[in-house]
Amino acid sequence: MKKLIALLLVLLTWTGAARAAEDGIAWDKFPQQKLTELGALQNGAKLFVNYCQNCHAAAFMQYSRLTDLGLTEDQIKANLMFPTDRIGDTMKVALDPKSAKAWFGGLPPDLTVIARSRSVQGKGSGADYLYTYLRTYYRDDTKATGWNNLAFPGVGMPHVLWELQGQRAAKFAEVKDPHDPSKSVHQFAGYEQISPGKLSALEYDNAVGDLVAYLQWMGEPSQVKRTHIGVGVLIFLAFFTFIAWRLNASYWKDVK
Amino acid sequence: MSEQQVDQGKRTWLIASGCAGAIGGVATAVPFVSSFQPSDRARAAGAAVEADISNLKPGEKMTVEWRGKPVWIVRRTPEQLESLKKTDALVADPKSQRNPAEITPMESTRNEWRSIKPEILVVIGICSHLGCSPSDKFTPGPQPSVPDDWTGGFLCPCHGSLFDMAGRVYKNKPAPDNLEVPLYTFLSDSKLLIGEAKA
Amino acid sequence: MAEFKTVPADAPMADKLMTWVDNRFPATKLYKEHLSEYYAPKNFNFWYFFGSLAMLVLVIQIVTGIFLVMHYKPDANLAFASVEYIMRDVPGGWIIRYMHSTGASAFFIVVYMHMFRGLIYGSYRKPRELVWIFGCAIFLCLMAEAFMGYLLPWGQMSYWGAQVIVNLFAAIPFVGPDLALLIRGDYVVGDATLNRFFSFHVIAVPLVLLGLVVAHIIALHEVGSNNPDGVEIKAKKDPKTGVPLDGIPFHPYYTVHDILGVSVFLMIFTAIVFFAPEFGGYFLEYNNFIPADPLKTPAHIAPVWYFTPYYSMLRATTDPMVNVLAGLIGIGAVLAVVKGRFSTAVKAAVVVAAVAAIALLKTFDAKFWGVVVMGGAVIILFFLPWLDHSPVKSIRYRPGWHKLMYGLFVLFFFVLGYLGILPPTDGRTLVAQVGTLFYFGFFLLMPWWSQLGSFKPVPERVTFEAH
Repeated sequence: MKKLIALLLVLLTWTGAARAAEDGIAWDKFPQQKLTELGALQNGAKLFVNYCQNCHAAAFMQYSRLTDLGLTEDQIKANLMFPTDRIGDTMKVALDPKSAKAWFGGLPPDLTVIARSRSVQGKGSGADYLYTYLRTYYRDDTKATGWNNLAFPGVGMPHVLWELQGQRAAKFAEVKDPHDPSKSVHQFAGYEQISPGKLSALEYDNAVGDLVAYLQWMGEPSQVKRTHIGVGVLIFLAFFTFIAWRLNASYWKDVK
Repeated sequence: MSEQQVDQGKRTWLIASGCAGAIGGVATAVPFVSSFQPSDRARAAGAAVEADISNLKPGEKMTVEWRGKPVWIVRRTPEQLESLKKTDALVADPKSQRNPAEITPMESTRNEWRSIKPEILVVIGICSHLGCSPSDKFTPGPQPSVPDDWTGGFLCPCHGSLFDMAGRVYKNKPAPDNLEVPLYTFLSDSKLLIGEAKA
Repeated sequence: MAEFKTVPADAPMADKLMTWVDNRFPATKLYKEHLSEYYAPKNFNFWYFFGSLAMLVLVIQIVTGIFLVMHYKPDANLAFASVEYIMRDVPGGWIIRYMHSTGASAFFIVVYMHMFRGLIYGSYRKPRELVWIFGCAIFLCLMAEAFMGYLLPWGQMSYWGAQVIVNLFAAIPFVGPDLALLIRGDYVVGDATLNRFFSFHVIAVPLVLLGLVVAHIIALHEVGSNNPDGVEIKAKKDPKTGVPLDGIPFHPYYTVHDILGVSVFLMIFTAIVFFAPEFGGYFLEYNNFIPADPLKTPAHIAPVWYFTPYYSMLRATTDPMVNVLAGLIGIGAVLAVVKGRFSTAVKAAVVVAAVAAIALLKTFDAKFWGVVVMGGAVIILFFLPWLDHSPVKSIRYRPGWHKLMYGLFVLFFFVLGYLGILPPTDGRTLVAQVGTLFYFGFFLLMPWWSQLGSFKPVPERVTFEAH
């Protein structure tokens, strides 16, 4: 029986290996500590409104909720909203669906819960994906937008943050396919900066980190509060379990 | 171990688990009970509303919706303001002394015109009897359903309650109270904020 | 007012009140029969926590469900947004939502453990067949309830999972397409489907579930619980009191015992709710955070983890597999005729049935037989009391290799479940087919193998170590 259980456990943990061969490169880890830095989140909100909200809606996210990030309603109204929006409105997009279809082939997806929907078992969280995606654009003249992406090959979205990162080309090398020596595989072999951006590489990574932190927060605004409450609940339950255990023992000592 | 000690042991742990269980129960109930409260969206929808009265002519009334209720803004004429002195004797509560906290919450409206500025009346258009919305009856003089010395005001069609040009209810009518004056602020001469009494 | 009990005038208020009630409603009688004088075996172990835990999860689901329905909108255009509204804007809404989603998965974990206990200790055997049957009915209802509940968030997985499963019904010959139309209320899964699934999920199935749970417990209390040794405690009663020697009153011993079980369960449950509500994408699937899009099929549609063993069996039923099944039926019929000790008439009937079955197998699509296999895997559970011909109830006194059989059964169930999550490949399909055959063989051949081997002597009294 015990050997069977051991075998079961081995089989159950054998999950990740099968998943490695999805398209796109492996994902970098999103800097988790930014989730609790209000400054990072506020900067991320600003970047989101300025760069993303022209095409992407966050239709389930209320402007008034941004007060969780330490902003006042007046600050939100002044810096993050159009004059016609009310504080109780959700972050809708100005882009008309018909124009979107003509220009991009479809309406860009809503980003409210994008960080939750992009996780892949064995590969990383949605935040990891977004952090990688926004940093792996490269120039590709064979594409309609002029851009391609290592994390999402053939993506229809252009590199909206190109002014900050600058333009880069990607170098590929022909490498023998490890599974089939007669074939060769296109392997990424580094970037080449074509023109500089407003930010240095480190500053750009930081800015993207802030933006992704905002996207991750926006996906579930109560996530930090959730873990905090959880700690209290578990401590209480541990205490209650101890009491229940002693209560149980006090009755069962009578049973012979 | 004697019976007493055994029972003592059980009793101790019963009391301990009872108390802990009660605390746990209350803590668990908290999120469920709070889910009954108005959500952020309801709160946002209930936020104060701006009203532009720059185009409101004397004798005219405009209606604005706030928290699902009709708010009437009337630019009263000098004659209509004069009529308030006559209706003083005809209304049930001329000085708005009944339930002031509910009906005229702002000190600045507890005056003879029931408004911050004399000519701009702001009241909630819901009859204090059973909640119908009264109709305008601004023309003075005898008419069906109003007394012969009518100087202008509102008539509630449901049960016949009458209100004067300051929203004060007439004596011996089904409605017990004057029309409610909401919190409001003049953001400028032509813009009102209904629902908030900003300093 | 015949036979009213009376109490003296100076009796305490509480006594007078209870007597008034008892004269009109069997409150004290029910309390004694089902709690303070209901005698349960004293040797319950870890596996016996899961019945009360199942009841706890049922209550959790109903209470959280009631509060969710206050804010949820069962409309295809509003549903997804209303769930996000609950998560963000309703005070405490996210706790209630996570409790409900975790509770759904917890329900299946608890119920599978509960069923496994019944399996290994023979709790389904005479005179407890009806307890088991009500239990299987509860399991079926639970699967329907979970399936319909999953459509409600109206995410990509909700929509496409429902589309696929309803299309399975369309595979039924002759009535299939019309049946699917009737279930959906439309030509594709849409608003009509959402509204009726909402009604079933919130009212119809919960009422049926509650009724079945009551029946399940009444049936259990009528015959008394089994125990890990499979010994009937009612066989040895105290001559003076009539109380089973190995029995203890459910209250207070098992009420207190179950409180401990509940506390430990809640620790695990709340750890998930507060620290990992998505549980790696198994409890809240990542794809379901994308609003349903009838025009875009996700690359990989899989049912939620608790359905995957059965889904695996469905996918494993390919054309080659149907041929294998036909072959097995043939072999089975031949064996029954040559080796079976039935009358000639019965043997003839067996041959006719086998020929008919093989003809049907070859007539209809493998897709339909996949549905039959999947459904059959659940229905076969109902017949377990009559399939088990072992002379002893509990696995403790069965031959050692029987334990291996049960171990393999569990292993294959896990493997089938795991394969159901992954996209199919030739290799995986083969393993799933082997697993499916083992699953059915385990049950269908049980009348034969459960009698084989040398059994250990069953004790007269339960094995119990004082705490």
